[in-house]
Amino acid sequence: MGRADNGAVDLSLMDPVFERYREQKGPLIPILQRAQGIYSYLPPEVLQVIAGRLGVALGKVYGVATFYSQFYLEPRGKHVLRLCDGTACHVKGTAILMTAVQEEYGVGPGETTEDGELTVETVYCLGSCALAPVAVLDDEVMGRMRQETLLRKMRKQLKPEHSA
Amino acid sequence: MRIMHCETYNAQYVLEEEDRMASIEAEALATAREEARRRWEAKTSADVYVTVGTGTCGLAAGAKDTLAAIQKEIEKRHLTAVIGEVGCVGMCSFEPMVEMQAGGKDRLNYGQVRSGDVPEIFASYFEGTPLKETVIVGQVVPTVTRRNGHALHSLSFVDPETSEKIAFHQKQLRIVLSNCGLIDPESIDDYLALDGYQALETVLTGMTPEQVIKEVTESGLRGRGGAGFPAGVKWGFARKTQNWPKYVICNADEGDPGAFMDRSVLEGDPHSVIEGMIIAAYAIGAQYGYIYCRAEYPIAIRRLEIALEQARELDLLGESILGSGFDFDLYIKEGAGAFVCGEETALMASIQGERGQPWPRPPYPAVSGLWGQPSNVNNVKSYAYTPRIIRMGAAWFKNLGTEGSPGTAVFALTGMVNRTGLIEVPMGITLREIIYDVGGGIPSGRKFKAVQTGGPLGGCLPEEHLDTPVDFDSLVEAGSVMGSGGMIVADETTCMVEFAKYFMQFVCDESCGKCPPCRIGSTRMLEVLERITAGEGKLEDLDEIRRLAQGIEHGSLCALGQLAPAPVMSTLLHFEDEYRAHIEEERCPAGKCRALITYEIIEELCTGCMVCARKCPSKAISGEKREPHVIDQELCERCGLCKEVCKFDAIVVS
Repeated sequence: MGRADNGAVDLSLMDPVFERYREQKGPLIPILQRAQGIYSYLPPEVLQVIAGRLGVALGKVYGVATFYSQFYLEPRGKHVLRLCDGTACHVKGTAILMTAVQEEYGVGPGETTEDGELTVETVYCLGSCALAPVAVLDDEVMGRMRQETLLRKMRKQLKPEHSA
Repeated sequence: MRIMHCETYNAQYVLEEEDRMASIEAEALATAREEARRRWEAKTSADVYVTVGTGTCGLAAGAKDTLAAIQKEIEKRHLTAVIGEVGCVGMCSFEPMVEMQAGGKDRLNYGQVRSGDVPEIFASYFEGTPLKETVIVGQVVPTVTRRNGHALHSLSFVDPETSEKIAFHQKQLRIVLSNCGLIDPESIDDYLALDGYQALETVLTGMTPEQVIKEVTESGLRGRGGAGFPAGVKWGFARKTQNWPKYVICNADEGDPGAFMDRSVLEGDPHSVIEGMIIAAYAIGAQYGYIYCRAEYPIAIRRLEIALEQARELDLLGESILGSGFDFDLYIKEGAGAFVCGEETALMASIQGERGQPWPRPPYPAVSGLWGQPSNVNNVKSYAYTPRIIRMGAAWFKNLGTEGSPGTAVFALTGMVNRTGLIEVPMGITLREIIYDVGGGIPSGRKFKAVQTGGPLGGCLPEEHLDTPVDFDSLVEAGSVMGSGGMIVADETTCMVEFAKYFMQFVCDESCGKCPPCRIGSTRMLEVLERITAGEGKLEDLDEIRRLAQGIEHGSLCALGQLAPAPVMSTLLHFEDEYRAHIEEERCPAGKCRALITYEIIEELCTGCMVCARKCPSKAISGEKREPHVIDQELCERCGLCKEVCKFDAIVVS
């Protein structure tokens, strides 16, 4: 996403973002959020252009981007599975779901499959604790997950030849 | 007409002009309210009125498909119906929930309605056929409490047979949650129809900021973010600081794992939070406000955006609100995933676009907060209580709950309890009443072990503390805290050492890194806990934990560090025997710690279905079809998958 034909990061896509936050106080975090919305992660070129346009040190932009768990400096998979490991989900067996996913796709928390198809993450609490354990596949929140239902769902959504 | 902030209006004609404007705009609101009431009346008395709960919980359980199925069913039956979306009614274990009302018949709430079950509930409601897949949760009865010529609308569920309140509702008292599940959160009309923004009108037309602060102080409202500081007193501090602009900030960075009270309020009744913030802004003399909401709550953010837009259209935000001369506007700041931003100074740093690291207090935010300006930070619920207190009066609120902690407490009741959900109970109720009467006790006949309140910075309380009254002070006395409202029940299958380790892992991940005692101390403590759960602990480790806890508690700047050892210390205090079993007997009494347990197959119960053998990630299970299987203990990694998939309870942990 957000790349020109030659594969370079298309920085002009950031112009409307800078325009939108031109007058706002403390715009760094919303700008990073919009940038990640455009490029799906934060490429180094984008961090540089943000630092330049806001007139702050690149180190500061990098410091903020690495502080918050929402920001990614590496590309992520086409599909993202987030398993909630908040207290309620933890008590109700996130670990078992994770083992099942790891077994099927060979990637654990924070990892992306080699073909870039799937990223697996654990998150602390999505706030749907009464439906624990909760899994989120590409923004679809699914409650009361059992490993069978989760894997079935994933097999349907991901490339069929992908699962082992 | 009062004069706000620093400017002074002297000219008589300005005042006259403003009074005229005020009456015009107040009239516009009155007209809007009348219209809203008419629409509410029409909607709720429609021939067929159906609502679906579409909070995050409802959606996670499949409410979207249910909603589509309802539309289809209504078309099929050629009904003229009003279909509404409402927020969370609190009974998350019954989601998706559907409410039906038609032609003077009882209003009934059906639980666990998947899309395929929709024809069934329609047939049951209209033709009286018996239900197979779904259950009737209760008959919905609107309730109204009146005081001061104002009303608080809510709903409660009764058993259609006996007309008594259902068990889940019997001990609840809904104030902050009164609108949740009742109104459409995306409709300002619904909020207006049920007296929304009436408190703001009262405040702007007839109260001085000092009177507002006095009223809130007299109500005894204590901040619902966890610390329990009196809200009115806090507002008073910010009012006193002579420095403009001032800010009001709503802390909606509900980061505690196991807590979703604030999310439900924002998703189910966003206008109440906005109204509370405008009133607080008026009281302290603030011009700008921020709602700092965590990014993990996209639905809450969307509904807030809609609500802000609607409020602006009706002149409830912006310049000279309702013609009063009071200017205030409100913005949403989306968090970026950092638990520490729930700490007020870290939160403000984050709004400023910096790393969310706390700064030392004093000066307190009331003196120097956001961008060095006086700021007032309160939790979502504290603001949501405010309009209700103004409407119903301080005395009404003060009389609810206990003397030291007036009002109600909102909890996200989760974990090993039969009726999980969002509950609101009067302060002073006991933990036992919450877990057994409201929550319906522990499932599968298992034994209660502990209840955890206050999230990763709170504590666990065992059986002997179950009669502790729930209020800010009693919970602290018992060794836990109220926190912002997470309540997680653990049963005998929960290992308390592993539970403590989980919280310490959380603190390690979320420590902002500013103070070494928190950053390094939590890592050291986690290492000790890892050792113990791996069966490699020594008795000296228990003293090491206590020593580290002292250092972390006293050497950290913010509440995250200061309270980080609390979950570990409370488990060590109440469950030292479990720690000792891990260390001295290399045994995990709950059967959770992988290094200390073995899984075995009971020969007599195993049918040889081979499911476990197929599922085992380490291929440790072998056996012929229809013959009892065995687990190779050398290969077994104790993941528990086999026990999970076995339909015959043939696999046991020892």
